Order: sequence, then structure tokens, then C-alpha cells
Amino acid sequence: MSQNTLFDKVWDLHKVSSLPGGSDQIFIGLHLIHEVTSPQAFGALRDKNLKVKFPNRTVATVDHIVPTDNQSRPFQDDLAEQMIQTLERNCIENKIKFFNIGSGNQGIVHVVAPELGLTQPGMTIACGDSHTSTHGAFGAIAFGIGTSQVRDVLASQTIAMNKLKVRQIWCEKKLSNGVYAKDLVLHIINRLGVKAGVGFAYEFAGPAISALSMEERMTICNMSIEGGARCGYINPDETTFRYIKERLCAPKNNNWDKALKWWQSLKSNENSIYDDVITLDASKVEPTVTWGITPSQSVGINQEIPLLNELHPNDQFIAEEAYEYMGFEPGQSIKDTPIDVCFIGSCTNGRISDLRVAAKVLKDKKVSINVKAFVVPGSEKVAKEAKKEGLDKIFIDSGFQWREPGCSMCLAMNSDKLIGNQISASSSNRNFKGRQGSPSGRTLLMSPAMVAAAAINGKVSDVRELINK
Amino acid sequence: MKSGFTAPIGQIKQIQGTCISLIGDDIDTDRIIPARFLKCVNFDSLGNSVFEDDRKTLNGKHPFDLEGNKGASILIVNSNFGCGSSREHAPQALMRWGIKAIIGESFAEIFYSNCIAIGIPCFTLPKKSIKDIQQYNDNKTLFLEINLKNSFAKSKGLNLNLNIQESSRKMFLSGEWDATSTLLENEHLIENKFNDLPYLKFTSNYL
Repeated sequence: MSQNTLFDKVWDLHKVSSLPGGSDQIFIGLHLIHEVTSPQAFGALRDKNLKVKFPNRTVATVDHIVPTDNQSRPFQDDLAEQMIQTLERNCIENKIKFFNIGSGNQGIVHVVAPELGLTQPGMTIACGDSHTSTHGAFGAIAFGIGTSQVRDVLASQTIAMNKLKVRQIWCEKKLSNGVYAKDLVLHIINRLGVKAGVGFAYEFAGPAISALSMEERMTICNMSIEGGARCGYINPDETTFRYIKERLCAPKNNNWDKALKWWQSLKSNENSIYDDVITLDASKVEPTVTWGITPSQSVGINQEIPLLNELHPNDQFIAEEAYEYMGFEPGQSIKDTPIDVCFIGSCTNGRISDLRVAAKVLKDKKVSINVKAFVVPGSEKVAKEAKKEGLDKIFIDSGFQWREPGCSMCLAMNSDKLIGNQISASSSNRNFKGRQGSPSGRTLLMSPAMVAAAAINGKVSDVRELINK
Repeated sequence: MKSGFTAPIGQIKQIQGTCISLIGDDIDTDRIIPARFLKCVNFDSLGNSVFEDDRKTLNGKHPFDLEGNKGASILIVNSNFGCGSSREHAPQALMRWGIKAIIGESFAEIFYSNCIAIGIPCFTLPKKSIKDIQQYNDNKTLFLEINLKNSFAKSKGLNLNLNIQESSRKMFLSGEWDATSTLLENEHLIENKFNDLPYLKFTSNYL
């Protein structure tokens, strides 16, 4: 059993009771909701004649179903319109703050909450979305829940949950030039696999993690769930506090001083005990690209797709399925794989720093004529800042389409979809079969810089060859 | 959707039915219910769409389309079943198709807790046992009677000691898997916690 880790401290602080079955009842400090996983929860509350217990501890935005081309209302898609109207009505009826389209603060829920300063160290944060682990970047304990648990949080501000074990993933040294947080987390998932994290919270630590910006840390924690860990976190430090200061919902004046003092006391101790510790050398991580149908099926840009007998016996079954679905041969190089669609966006890599990195690669270059490329800012704030910096112009001049904020083709609930068996180079988080809207569509996950490089060359490329010239 | 679908309610002590085997590791919730079916404000019509894309690809040969699996209610799966998205639509779709319990090598965490929250017990067995069941079930109908009290499943000529998290087993037996009312019993403790948490004292009054 772990002891004295940040996870233990935050868990204990939020524990309300031990339930008869053996689970803990945990208080949720911040509850985020969106249009897809909340309507049935509000419906269940109505059925049970219950009220939202603490309406000011829940915040809503709309992200999954929003169109990214024409956002005028009513939406062209009747079902999407029905979903946004349901959320609007539920928020009004229950006095919940809703950041709607045009508010200046709408966007992907995991981009919006941090940029508003809602996400803070030491909190428990839940949302009906598996990528809630993102908020762990601030030293919060944050995890995805299903709709029945959304109902429970609305009704009681608590959920029933078993305490997780804690695995520390210690990252030595530093990422090299042209290698990003996305590459590091893909590398970690490749090494540990997609189910190693079940039952664990992942604590990401070490010099390579401390050196990351808040947005890079969010990319790492965001993908904890792709390694099976419902929750991933990083101990808060000066980088964290600097990011939060002055944001809309950050503590102000005297309260800031009090908050800071408390936050500084929150990290895992020198003598913390972990259930498991893994160490890796971040300087050896290469730009990483997935070749299969799970986020762990990845290789370095200069490596070949593994042969069956190079894989652990437990991974061979899914590898065979992946070769067939992707149409790739074992032993084939991932580099130079032709690309049809390039997508930059998502809660993993749709933040301003992601757009800056990609724009830097694209500046004064053109997207290959064989490629459809589009960029979807993670939020209205990201879009505004990008326009202020002229990034939108760089994207458009290169041949990218510039879109409105939303989840878009990460999961293709709006009209942004792959067609047939198109291959996408995508800065998103999941390469599952059919994930990007076509039942035979194929997704290669990579960093935004690598997506930009693929867009220029029309094929999977090593971005270092473009930026180091 | 199954006609006359009724959601489980109260104590769950026994489940009986025929098995349906679905072979494959890391079957994610996008495959169980593709994202386009999430455009809904209730779960009612999800049963027909379960595994929609996989079923189309296999053109009638998917386990959920085979005549012999009609009416099955115990799903047999391999490892890391239900990984990916937190969408409760996935177990809701399975339940509305007719699934009442799942036995597998392992489950993804959010999927598992969603199943518990809607009254679908999930049991685990070692890889070898699952393989044996799936092979047997490949050409023969397997009818299982699962008893939550002793986590035991039996059929003609087959007895299985199933594993299940103790907290989940207790919740099914007591009926507390439908957690809302249990959680609300501690209302004064919840209010104390709300008043005690340091950050709720210094957080901005913006909201």
C-alpha cells in the first residue's frame, strides 16, 4: 500500500466515509460536465426527485458534438442541436455555470477548466470523460466516471470508489530536440502496455517531467488512461503555480497566499512509499508513431513495425488483428507511410503551445496536395490567442483548414470524419478501429509537430529533418 | 432493443442464462458502441447498435448476430475488455441487447465501475479457463447458473469458481450497487467535508 504520496494525501483529505461494501465515499471538489454523458444523469435525478447538491461545484461546457465549420444555431445536425439544448436547459434549471459557444470560454472541457484556473492542486476532479486524467498535471486527483456516477456527483458531490495503488514513473534526463511530451507518453504506454495501469494512479516524476511546461504535463497525464490508469498526476511546483496565477477562477489577493502555502505542502514526500516504481531515460525517446489499433502499438520514427515473434505472447493476438486492419506488413518501416488526412487538435494536443509548435514547422511551407489537413483549436481562448499571434494565418497559408473549437475528429461525433480506409496523422489520443468516424478508417497517433511534418511531405516523416535544417 | 427491457433493481443474487463468446483482447468502448450513437439524450435505443461496425464488417457472422446466440445473457470475453472512453453507453448497450453478466480475463477500470453502477456483475477467470469456455461454447450451447453468494457458476458438467471484487459482490447482494441513496445517507458528513476542505475556503467566488 502506498503511503505519503500526493495521491494518498488528497484521497484521505476527500474521504467522507468507508462504505459497507468496502469502497470509500470520496468528495468531488470539482465536477465538469458536457453534453454527451450528462443528459441521462440529469434524467435520473428527475426520476429520483433529487436536486443538484452543490451547483457551484459543477461547471459545464459543450465540446463533443459541436460542428467546427458552421456553428450557427440551430446546428444542421438535429441530434447535436437536441443535445446542446438539453445541456442548456439542465444548466439553467439547476443553476450550473455553462460556458457556451460564443462565451469566449467554450472549448474542450479538459482545455477549458485549466485555462480558467478552475483546475487546482489538491482537488479531486471528476467528469464523465475518460480524459479527465488531464487535470492531474496540476497535482489534482482527477478521473473519468460514467453517467451513473455523474448522477451520484450531481446528487451528493461524492462517489463510491476503491482506493487506487500508486505507480511512480520516474523519467530521467531530458527530452531531446524535436521530441515532445506526446512522444514520451506514447513511449511510456508502449513500454508498460494498455492495461498495466488498471487499479493504479500513475505519478509522473523526475527531471524530464519537472522540465515540462504545464501544457506538456497535461499531454502526459491526459494519456494515462490509454495506459489503463484512470488517474495520472504530477506533483505541483513553481511551474504549476505560475500557470494558475491571475487566471479567471484562481484565488486572488490574500486567498492566493493561503492557497499557495497549502499547495506547496501537497507533494509526495521524500519517504513516500509506492506500490511500484518504473524508471526510464527520457533522452532516449524518439519521435513516436502508432502503427496499430491500440495506443501501445507504437514505434520510434526510424524503427520498423515489430514482427510477431518480437512481441510478448500476450500482445500477439491484438498485433495480428492490427496488421490486418491497418494493412501493414510486420517489419515494414513506419516512415514514409502515405497519409490522407492530418488532424491537429483534441484534449491531448489542442492547446496554444501545440499550435505554436506545429505552426513553426509549417511556416513558409505547403501541405502536400494529396493531404486534407485541418486544425481545431482546443478552446475559444486558444483560438483567440492563436489569431493574436498570427498562427491561424500560417496554418491557412500552408493549406490547413482553420476550424472552430471542439473535440472534432478525435472521436468524430460531428461531421469531421475519415472516409473509407483513409489514414490520418492525428495529434489525438486513440487509434482504435473506427475511432475517427469511418469503420475502416486508420489512425496514426503522433505529436502535433509530427502531424505538421506528415502534412508537408504527405507521408510519415521525421520532424527533426525539417526543424534542424 | 429487446422488447420489454427492464433495468435491474435491488438485490442481485443469481443470474442464469446462456453464454455468448466474444473473442479478442483490448476490445474498446468505441467498438462496443461507436461514437455516432452517443448522440442521444437517453439510453433506450442503444441495444440494436451494440458492436454496429464490427457486425457490419463481419456481415452476419459476428457473435451478436449468430442465431445460436439469440437470447444469450452471459458474455464471455478476453482481457482488458471495455478499454478507452468512459461512455456508460457501452454497458448500457450490452444490457439492452440482453447481457446480464460478463465473465472475462480482465476489465478496463471505468467500464468495470460503469457495469457495477448499472447492475451488471463482472467476474474474472484465468486466461486458460476463459479459453476453455470459449472453445466449448464455440459449438455447444453453454447454460450457466451464477450464484453471487459464493461466486460460483455451474452448468451440466462444468463448475467454475469465479472471481469478483469483494466490494462489488457485497453491493450486488445488498442492492447498494445503485449507490445514490447509500451516498446520500451520509449527508451531514458530506456537508462537513464541504465546510472543511481548505480550497473551498479560498477558491474564487466567480462561480
